[in-house]
Amino acid sequence: MKICISSSGNSMESVMDPRFGRCEFFAIVDTETNETKIIDNAAAKSGGGAGIAAGQLLVDNDIEVLITGNVGPNANDVLKAAQIKIVRGKKVSLNDNVKMFQNKELEIIEETVPSHSGMK
Amino acid sequence: MKIAVLSGKGGTGKTTVSASLKSSIENCQYIDCDVEEPNGGIFLQPEISNVYPVMVKVPEIIKDKCTGCGECAKACQFNSMAVVKGNVLIFPELCHHCGACILACPEDAMIEVERQIGVVETNSDESFMHGKLNVGEPISIPIIAMLKDMVKDDGNVVIDCPPGSSCTVVESVEDCDFCILVTEPTPFGLHDLNIAVELVKKLGLSFGIVLNKASENSKIINEYCDDRNIDILMEIPFSRKIAEAYSKGILPIEADADLKKEFGEMFRKIEGKVLA
Amino acid sequence: MKQIAVISGKGGTGKSTLVASLSQIVNNKMTADCDVDAPNLHLLLEEKDQQKWDYSGAKEARINYDLCIKCGICKDVCRFGAITEDIVINNLKCEGCNACVVACPQDAMYLEEVNTGWTSVSTTENGTFAHALLDTGAEGSGKLVTEVRKKIVPFENGEEWLIIDGSPGIGCSVIASITGTDAVIAVTEPTKSGLSDLKRVLDLAKHFSIPAFVCINKFDLNMDITNEMEKYCVEKGFMVVGKIPFDPLIVKALQEYKTPVDTGDQEFIDEINSLWNKVTEYLSQ
Repeated sequence: MKICISSSGNSMESVMDPRFGRCEFFAIVDTETNETKIIDNAAAKSGGGAGIAAGQLLVDNDIEVLITGNVGPNANDVLKAAQIKIVRGKKVSLNDNVKMFQNKELEIIEETVPSHSGMK
Repeated sequence: MKIAVLSGKGGTGKTTVSASLKSSIENCQYIDCDVEEPNGGIFLQPEISNVYPVMVKVPEIIKDKCTGCGECAKACQFNSMAVVKGNVLIFPELCHHCGACILACPEDAMIEVERQIGVVETNSDESFMHGKLNVGEPISIPIIAMLKDMVKDDGNVVIDCPPGSSCTVVESVEDCDFCILVTEPTPFGLHDLNIAVELVKKLGLSFGIVLNKASENSKIINEYCDDRNIDILMEIPFSRKIAEAYSKGILPIEADADLKKEFGEMFRKIEGKVLA
Repeated sequence: MKQIAVISGKGGTGKSTLVASLSQIVNNKMTADCDVDAPNLHLLLEEKDQQKWDYSGAKEARINYDLCIKCGICKDVCRFGAITEDIVINNLKCEGCNACVVACPQDAMYLEEVNTGWTSVSTTENGTFAHALLDTGAEGSGKLVTEVRKKIVPFENGEEWLIIDGSPGIGCSVIASITGTDAVIAVTEPTKSGLSDLKRVLDLAKHFSIPAFVCINKFDLNMDITNEMEKYCVEKGFMVVGKIPFDPLIVKALQEYKTPVDTGDQEFIDEINSLWNKVTEYLSQ
C-alpha cells in the first residue's frame, strides 16, 4: 500500500504540514517494501487550484492513503474519485504519523473545509 | 471624452471625486468599475431599472466522446480539471474562460456552457452603470469588460476604477482620454500615487492629480509633483465636515457650492489638455 | 504560532495604521504585509538584513518568429485581445492561458515564466517582517500573498503570533490573505459604503469558517451608522472589539512617518490594547 503525507520538510523526521494543496513536499511510503520517497509538491507553485493539481499528483503516483490536515472540497472531489482514503495526521514527524496510522490511531476524515478555490 | 479616476490604493476619495465630477458635468455617463465594492451608487442614488447577468463560458464534457486522454487538463494553466481513472472532473470556479481545453481536445468532446459570475446594473437612460461580482468569485475582468462595452461613444464618461494597479485597473482605464489620480498627503498616499503614476505612464495615458484631504502638511505630494512636472488639478481640503457628509452618503460638492464650481473648472482644464 | 489577518472591505479604512500599531504593541510576533496592491507597512519600518526573492507569478506567451508564418490563428483564439494584428504579444493583457500555444499550427508559440515582482523578509525593531511588491500592472496577487506568508513562516523563532495585513476587497488576494488563519479582524468606518463593505467581508470570513472580529475606525463620525453596524454584528454573532475615534492627530502622525503609538496617543494605545486583549482572550478559550 502506498501512503502519502503532506510535509513541511524533506526528511521523514520533518513535521507534517496540515495544508494539502500548498505544502512544500510529499513523502510517499510503500508499506510493503518500506521504501520512502520525498517529492516536491509542484502543485504548490500553481496560481490557483493547487489542491486539484496536488490531487492529480497523488492519482498519478497511485497513492491509496493520504495523511494530511485539511483537504478543500475541490481536492476532496479528486481524491474521492480516485478512491484515495484521507486520514487526519498530527503535527508530529512523518515517521510517527505513519506509525500511528499503522496502529490505527489516526482518524479518517469525511468532512472537508469550505472551498477557497479561486486563488490566483 | 472618457475620464478614468484611479488611485494606487483604496480610500483616497476616488469614488467621491468620480461622483462629484459626474455631477458637475452635463450629460455625463458614470461607470463604476470597482465591481468588488461598487459604492458610486450610494452617492448618486440611481434608480436601477436594468439588470444584466454577466456570463462566462466554461467547458463541459460530452461523455460519449471523451476517451479520458487528459489533453484538456494538460492544456489548462489554471488547474480547472483533473483526470482520474479516465474521467474528467471540471472545476468551473477556477476556469479563466480561455478555451484552451476546447482547442486541445483531440476528440471534439468538449463544449462550452454559460455560467453567471455577477451582474451589470443600470438606470433607465444608462447614465449610471455599475457591476457587481458575486462573493467568492475570483475573476472580475468579464464584468469590467461588459461595462466598458456599454460606454457611450459620444458625450462624456467618468469611469470609477478599482483600487490597486493590477489587471482590473488596466482593463478599466484602457481607451480613456485622461486619467485623474486621486491621492492624499501621507507617506502611504505618496507611495501608492507613485505606483499609479508608473501604471498610467506605462499605458501611455495623459494624467493629472487631485489632492484629497489637503492640509498645510501637503508638501510631500507637492514636492513629488513639482519634481516630475505633474499637474495638480485641484485640492480638496481635509475637513471633518466633508468626512461627516461623506459618511452620510453626501458628496462634498453638495455641502460646498465653491467646490462644485472647482470641479466644473477642473473638467474644462482637462478638456483643454485633451483637445490640445 | 497563531495567525491573525487584518482585512477591510475597502481600502483606506485605517487597516495598515492598525496593523502598524498592533505590531508595536504586541510582543512576540512577526508581521506580514500581504496587501500586495498597496504594500505600505515598510514605509514606517527600518528594515535590516533584508533577504529578497524574485517572484514569478505568471506565465506569458512568447513567439518564435523563425517558425511563425503569421497565419493569425493565435490572434483569433485569444480571448483576452493580447495578440495584435501584426502578431505581437501585449504582455499587459496576456493571461498565460496556453490557448495560442495549443492552437498554433507551426509550434511557434510557448509559455515562459516571467518575473512579476519580489518578496522579502527582514528584521525590524518590531520583529521579523515580510512583504512583497508586484510590478506595475502585473497580475497574480493572490499567489503572491501565499508566497509572502510562506516566506515568513520558516523564520519563526518561538513567536506566538503572525499578524497579517491583508489585501482589501473580497477577491483572490484577500481570500489568499485569510485562508488558514486563526482569526480575522475586519476594519471598517461608519460610512454608507462602510456597512455594505463590512457585510461582504464578514460573509467571506464566514464562508471560510474563520472567526471574525470587527474594529470600527472613526466611529464618532456617524453614530447612526456605528450603531447600525454594532446591531448588525450582535445579530450575526460577530464581536466588535474596538472603536477608534476620528482624530486628525492620527493623520498628522502618519505625515511624519509615525504611528499614533509613536506619538504617544494614550487614548488610541488603550483602545488597541483592549482590542488585542479581546481577540486573544477569545482565541485562548
